Amino acid sequence: MKFTIQVNEGPYQHQATDSAYLFTKAALEKGHEIFRVFFYHDGVNNGTRLTTPPQDDRNIVKRWSELGAEHDLDLVICVAAAQRRGIVDDGEAERNGKDATNIAEGFRISGLGQLVEGAIQSDRLVVFGD
Amino acid sequence: MSKVKKFMYVNRRAPYGTIYAWESLEVVLIGAAFEQDVSMAFIGDGVYQLTKGQDTTGLEMKNFSPTYSALGDYEVTKIYIEKESLEERGLTLEDLQHLTWEDEDDDWAEKDSIQLVSRAEMVKVFADQDVFFNF
Repeated sequence: MKFTIQVNEGPYQHQATDSAYLFTKAALEKGHEIFRVFFYHDGVNNGTRLTTPPQDDRNIVKRWSELGAEHDLDLVICVAAAQRRGIVDDGEAERNGKDATNIAEGFRISGLGQLVEGAIQSDRLVVFGD
Repeated sequence: MSKVKKFMYVNRRAPYGTIYAWESLEVVLIGAAFEQDVSMAFIGDGVYQLTKGQDTTGLEMKNFSPTYSALGDYEVTKIYIEKESLEERGLTLEDLQHLTWEDEDDDWAEKDSIQLVSRAEMVKVFADQDVFFNF
């Protein structure tokens, strides 16, 4: 089955992001296809490389990056949500005159159309959040 | 492009307390360009999103409630309000914005977008959908 995953909550604050990761990993292990993982609302905070969790805790951002690299996942951060919350890549830094970037490896910033396209192209849209 | 899907946007939260309501509306507006068969449902505290006369001056937040009246222009013409959710909050349809759309197949007649449905009827509406966006 082909899935698009929507992550609506920030890391550490809410288990939704853990559940989304574990679901994605399990689906891939079972041979399903992940069309896209779309990060929305505070979920965009899953994509900052500046996160520094304690060493004895899971590294949620790194975990996404590694899973993404292993399975060539399309990890998309919503641009409108990202601008509000300060998730920045090179393009956004240049467009909005910011002096730094913080996007993590394997993520990209794009529009809400990517979520809608994911819902159209996939057999299931699975939303993680409250 | 694959076949047109039935999209249901479910709005469950009051506006302003969290950003879900506003960022939900942003998805609906962007999603309109994809020409799917779109419906919206307002249940629970979500019914507060459509109340008339919202004034956010004291909150220092943008009042996005006027945007709902543009939904008809985006061809979002099926807006389901759950009757029990209104009643539980002491509200009636009179407390909500009057949302309309113009039917080009009927000489641009202005028609109501809002349909008041019971909780049991909402279950049937939901059963008929392909995709849920839950906010």
